[in-house]
Parts: sequence; C-alpha cells; structure tokens
Amino acid sequence: MLNRKKKIVIIGGGLAGLALAMKFCERNGEVTIVSYQALKRSHSVCAQGGINAAIDAKNEGDTPEKHFYDTIKGGDFLAHQPLVRDMCFQAPAIIHLMDRMGVAFNRTGEGHLDFRRFGGTLYNRTAFAGATTGQQLVYALDEQVRRNIHDGNATALEWHEYLGAVLDSEGICRGAVIHDLKTDEIYTLAADAVVLATGGPCQVYGRSTSSVVNTGAAATTAYLQGAKYANGEFIQIHPTAIPGQDKLRLMSESARGEGGRVWVPKKTNDSRDPKKIPESDRYYFLEEKYPLFKNLVPRDVASREIYDIVYNQNMGVSGEPMVYLDLTHKSREFLDNRLGGIMDIYTKFTGVDPREQPMKIFPAVHYSMGGLWTDYGPDQQGLIEHGSPKNQMTSIKGLFAAGEADYQYHGANRLGANSLLSCIYTGLMMARGIMNYTDSLEKSVDDIPSTIFDDARNHWKTRFNEIRKMDGNENPYQLHQQLGETMLANVLIVRDNKSLEKATHAIDDIEARFKNVKCTDSSDWANPSPSFINQLFCMIHLSKIITKGALMRDEFRGSHYKPDFDLNQPKDFDPHEYIDYLEQKQYGEITDNKFPPGHLDYMKRFEENNKKWLKTTVAQFKDNKPDITYEEVNTSLITPRPRKYD
Amino acid sequence: MTDKKIPFKIKRQDKPGSPSYWQTFQVPYKPFANIISCLMEIQRNPTTQGGKTVAPVTWDSNCLEEVCGSCTMLINGKVRQACTALVDNLEKPITLEPMSKFPVVRDLQVNRNRMFENLKKVKAWIDIDGSHDIGEGALMADSDRAKRYVMSECMTCGCCLEACPQFTLNNSFMGAATFNQVRLFNLHPTGSMNKEERLDAVMGEGGITDCGNAQVCVEVCPKNIPLTESIADIGRQTSWQMIKNILIK
Repeated sequence: MLNRKKKIVIIGGGLAGLALAMKFCERNGEVTIVSYQALKRSHSVCAQGGINAAIDAKNEGDTPEKHFYDTIKGGDFLAHQPLVRDMCFQAPAIIHLMDRMGVAFNRTGEGHLDFRRFGGTLYNRTAFAGATTGQQLVYALDEQVRRNIHDGNATALEWHEYLGAVLDSEGICRGAVIHDLKTDEIYTLAADAVVLATGGPCQVYGRSTSSVVNTGAAATTAYLQGAKYANGEFIQIHPTAIPGQDKLRLMSESARGEGGRVWVPKKTNDSRDPKKIPESDRYYFLEEKYPLFKNLVPRDVASREIYDIVYNQNMGVSGEPMVYLDLTHKSREFLDNRLGGIMDIYTKFTGVDPREQPMKIFPAVHYSMGGLWTDYGPDQQGLIEHGSPKNQMTSIKGLFAAGEADYQYHGANRLGANSLLSCIYTGLMMARGIMNYTDSLEKSVDDIPSTIFDDARNHWKTRFNEIRKMDGNENPYQLHQQLGETMLANVLIVRDNKSLEKATHAIDDIEARFKNVKCTDSSDWANPSPSFINQLFCMIHLSKIITKGALMRDEFRGSHYKPDFDLNQPKDFDPHEYIDYLEQKQYGEITDNKFPPGHLDYMKRFEENNKKWLKTTVAQFKDNKPDITYEEVNTSLITPRPRKYD
Repeated sequence: MTDKKIPFKIKRQDKPGSPSYWQTFQVPYKPFANIISCLMEIQRNPTTQGGKTVAPVTWDSNCLEEVCGSCTMLINGKVRQACTALVDNLEKPITLEPMSKFPVVRDLQVNRNRMFENLKKVKAWIDIDGSHDIGEGALMADSDRAKRYVMSECMTCGCCLEACPQFTLNNSFMGAATFNQVRLFNLHPTGSMNKEERLDAVMGEGGITDCGNAQVCVEVCPKNIPLTESIADIGRQTSWQMIKNILIK
C-alpha cells in the first residue's frame, strides 16, 4: 500500500476530464490536469441542446430502462449493454448534481427542472440551459476543479500538450510525456495512472462542427504505442449545421425538439421567399416519411434523408445543397428563452434572423462514436461494478480513456444529448476503479527506474528536433486541408467500396507527401508548428483507421451506410415480428406463411448479417497500418432487432 | 471574384518583452470568410504582401462559434471575438492587434491568467458538500434562473476589461467580469451561503470601489451580459456588507 496520496494525470479539460478531476480529489487523490489551453475553453462548451436523464418530470411514464432501450436502439445495437444501462440509471443523479453545482437549467413553473424532447425518443428527457448546455456544464465542473486547485488538491497545466505514455519494461503506463506549448520544454510526469479525456477526432475531416483542438492526436498516439482503437468508422454526421470557411457551425437538435420543422419547396428551384411559399407547396419530408418520430428521428436517419433530398431528388433550396429548418412559427420570446444561443450564432454568422426567416442547413461531421478501446467490469444485475479497475482502462495497463476519446457508449450512432451524459458519467464513475487499480499493482511507480522516464522524454525530444528540421516543400496546413477534403469526399454519409479504396490511396499519397513537409516556424517560444505537424502525422494514421474500418465493414449499421449492403427492410415491417421469429425458431414452429410476404426472408438476412457484423471493430497498429479484427458485443439485456422509426 | 484579395495589417510580437512590428498580408477572398479563416489562410501560405516568407501568425482560438472565449483580439481597433468578425462587414485593410491590457505571449496571443486568478479570489463556485447523490437541488423560479443564465454566459474572454479605462496592464483592478461572477453566485440559493466571503474579496484594493463607472464594459460584451447592472448590484451588496461589518465589530 502506498503511504502517499494516489496521483493521476488527466489529459483534457472537457467534461470527462473535469468530472474525474473533481471526483478523484474528493476521494483524497492528487490530480494534475493537463490542457491544451485554459480549462474553461474545452470543446465540451460547444454542446448546445441538453443532457438526457429519465427523471419523468412530465409524468409520461419515462424510466431509465426506456432511456437505455432508446440509446441501444439508436446505436443500432453495437454498444455494450451493461455499460449503457448503468449510465442511464446514473443519469438522474448526475443531473441533480449538476443542478446543485449551480447550472442554470431551465425550470418549470414550480421551479423544478424542465425537460424537452430530443431525437430518437418519444419522451421529454433532455434537461437544458438555454441552447448552451455544454458551456454551462463545463463552467460548473471547471468551478469545482478551480476550488480544488485553490484548496491545493489539484494542479492545472494549461497550455501543455500530451505527447505520449511512459511505458515501463512490462508495458504498464507509469506517466505521461508533456510538452509546454510556451517554453517548448518536453518533460515527464510520473503517475499511478494516466487518463486520456482528450475528446474526438473530427479535425481529420478538416471542416466539421468540432473545435480546433479536436485532432484526436492523443488517442492516436496511444494507438501508435499499441492500444486498441475501436469502431473508428462510426462517425456521426449531424443533420443540421451551417457552412463556414473555418468550421461548420452546429444548429442544435433542440431546434427540432422545440418544434422546428425541416422542409424543402415541392417545386425544384422555387425562387420564392420561403415565407411566401404556402403549406401546400412545402414538402415536410421527415414528417411524411416518419409519422411517429417526425423531425426527431435519430441523426443518422435525418442526415441520410437530407442527403437524399438534396442529391438524389435534387430538391435542395434554390438548387443548393441546403434544406430549411423552420422555427418562424414560434414566438420570439419562446425562442430567446429556450434557444437563444443558437439564434445568436445563426444571426451572427449568416446575417439572417432565424426568428423571422427559416434557417438554411446541411449535415456536417460532428462526433466519433468510435475511440480508444476500453474495458469494463459488469456486475450481477446487468449494471457496472463501479469499483472495478477494468473500468475505462485501455488495452495498455494503467492508461485509461473517457468521454468522446473512448468508444463504449453510443454504438453505431449516438442519440442527441447523450454525449454530455456519457462524458460526465465516465468521469465520475471511473474514479473508484482507478483507486483500486493503484492498490492492485505489485510495483508502484515510485519503484520504476528513472531511466524509463529519461528514455520516454528523450524519444519525444528527438522526435520534435526531427520535426523542427523538416525542410521540404509541403505546407502542413495545406496538407491537412487536403486530408480533410479526401475524407469528406469519400468517407461520409453514403459510402461505397470504390470511393473508400480511392480514399485509401489518397491517404497513402498524403502520407508520402508528409515526409516532405516544411516546418514553417523556427521560433523556440510559443511555436505551434511542430505540434501541429505531429498532430497531422496522427491524423493521417487516424484517417487510415476510419477508412479501413469502413472499407471492411460490408453492411449498413447506424451511421455507417453502404447502400450496396442495405438489407432493404420491407416498408410494412414491424420489428416485433423479429422477436416472434426468434421465439418460433427456438421452438421449431416457423413457417413462411406466418409473416407477410418477404418478411421472413428479410429477417433471415438480418439474422445472418448480425452474426457476421454485430461486432466491435478493433484496429491495432501493425506494419504502419491498422490491422483490423472483430470482437463480440455484449447484447445480454436487449435482443438486437431491426430499427424502425416510422 | 476569385482573385479578389483582402488586405490585412497585423501587429506581431515574437516574445513577451520583445518589440512589436507590423506585417501586411493579402488573403484570397472567400464567401462567409471570418478573421479566423483568413488567419488559417495565412498559415497555409505565410507570405507577406512584399513576398517575404515568414513564420505564420499565431493566435488563440478553439470553438469558433463564440462560446469558448478564446479568440479575443483588436479588430480594426475594436475588441471582439475573431470568429464572429465576418470579413464582408469590416473596413479594409483589416488591422489585427493583440489585446493591450494583458501581457502578450506571441503575436495575437495574450495571457489572461489574471482573470482566472480573480475567479479564485472571489470563490466563484458553489460549495457543494460532495458529488455523491444527495437528491435534488434547490427549487428556483425560472425568472431567477433566467437572470443567472445571462450572467453565467460569461466566457472569460476579456473584452470588458480591454475596454475598461480603470483596468490596466499593471494595476490590480478586478473589473466587470469578476464582479458579475460575484453577483451570479450570490444569487444562487446555495451560493448565497458564502455571499459575505465573496463580498469581502471585492471590497479591498482593486475591488468594486475602484470602478470609475465608465460603462464601456457593457457595450463591448459579446454575450450582452448586463455588466453595469451587476456592478451596481455588487456596489449595493458591498455597502450593506460594510455597514454590517462595522456594526458587528
């Protein structure tokens, strides 16, 4: 047993990192939290619409069990079920905790928390603070961490970058290599455990709804050091964003949760002012095709429908790849109170007031369901053993991952307002397991020879010296732009193997050109270029994981849509038929005439496909490329079945 | 249209304490361009108007949608966020400078640690008993929530302090952002239990009485936070606190 405080290094100051920092301090641990910039500015602030918890404040009969079902179904059954169930059962306590910390959640007439609807559910389950819920949650946790820093329990290393894990002779993580982004100093931090709460990788696509720091470099470095990376091909495309040269800005799903309607003019190239187009000339395609969920179908479904309207039906607004998202039937006061944040963003960036004119929107890369492979310890009740040292541990012992950087909670497609939940949940949940992990070690970090740390530091010093000397004729920022264009053109909403092959070759070409990069800045103070070149190197490897995973997965599941492998669900199919089918099969009663024509065949195809593809994709770094294998998914609680939202 | 260029005049500085200098750039015009996308363009082609290859300009940014507070700078002399500064709406040439009230780190980057340190001084947090599950939070009227929400949108960007004549590089004035946080936490049912500690913290040197009432803070706040109301309110709260302190002692 250690006769000192247990110490961890947390990389990342978003919701997952901050939640863990707070919890670990509370358990009398010692925390160093490392962040690329000031903690308060992490990407979690971009989350807008809300956070889910089945509190059933509106007496609709909502329960954590239903939240669990919606999440699993939304993710097309690819998520490990005990974990998701545990998260959904913890959600109400998490919301109350955040409320106690002072988050300005919107409230009901009686002063309780108010809830609104989000995609993929029929219940009002989403707590919200205007349309800047992520920002408000980050601030509350940031304040608690600042309190701990003030009280001497935690240290923040802002303007520092994580370069890699320090691995001992047995491959156990004993610390982190850190880069001071101002002084350029590279050094190591010894720790009992290291946690990557480093967010998503969407900068691989160049332009997306993500922030500048979301390069996925830290997770990729772990992969390059031997950690497994899982489900990389599952990238969420958010249906509603607005264009920009530097980023694509999100217009929250809550716009539809509060009554926003998506439509296009029925007549192609209708040049009338949208307000002058009568109802009879408008095509509310989501409402017509999905009479049950209407505009609140899950994101993968909505994005595919918008893509279809614009590119296959050529019905985009004024011939452009855009559809209307209309809130003009709501009062100004209502919109300002509940959606003020996005009303402002739209007005500031387009010059048009969405309270007066329908917004023009299009899908954009938004979130990675995949991430570092992590483990978990299930209990006997279909939940999680919170003390298990396995929880959130990557395949490198002592290196953990949490938040968007891990892969476990959203399967093949994430439901809106579940990301804030999964971040805070993992951060809070994993603290006890890490404490127990430290106790379980035979040898403490204090007994690791200093040469291990020297070697790790020297490795990265050499690497950065090499980068600084790069003097070719490729500009790294241009190369990043081209990588993004390749990914956007070939690995997006609709995927086919020919385009994916093309992307593979294009990435190889970019990788070859990377060797010829020029380090455009030689300063030894606050120089972002060497770091960016290292991040670009990581993004190239990450793009290979995403592309190869997508190429190999010959099926259609959640966000991964390959029309060539669509099982073509019959229009009149009812998912419960599949449960009947499985039961009848078990008792040997099955006959074709028990189901409507074509249904039995479809169900057999579905069953076969699941046997082959209801698996976690696992990428491991071998011979400079991802080696892909597949692992079983824990589906012990809800029988996987066809998804349907109409 | 395609060869239209936007002229930029950018104030640069290599390190803290080193002399500043100006460079000019011509950036290709693109629709929807903002200051950030133009700075990115300079990264991709770091060549001055005179044809000299230089180190790319450095700046701070993250979310690019005005919720993180990172990219504050002086654009045509006015303090604001660079992400929401659309090129079409700006007079040319566009001049970019770092904020003047914070120490320059490099080029357009400044060190705003002072703002975060002030948040510690006024204990801008709720003293929760712990993060374990102890049930619901306090009831609150939605109108009170709405009042707090507007204040809680402060992203520590520094615009209000840059504009404030009282706030200088070398004094200890806390400024509008900090006073607004005191009001935010004092308005919360649990936060108000530590109200006096927060008020004491803004009653000393650099505190609320140093405010010169210039009222420019509220004009530049990108989030339209009613900063002058917050200052007036904290003024009232500290006056009461002062009387109480005298009576009790």
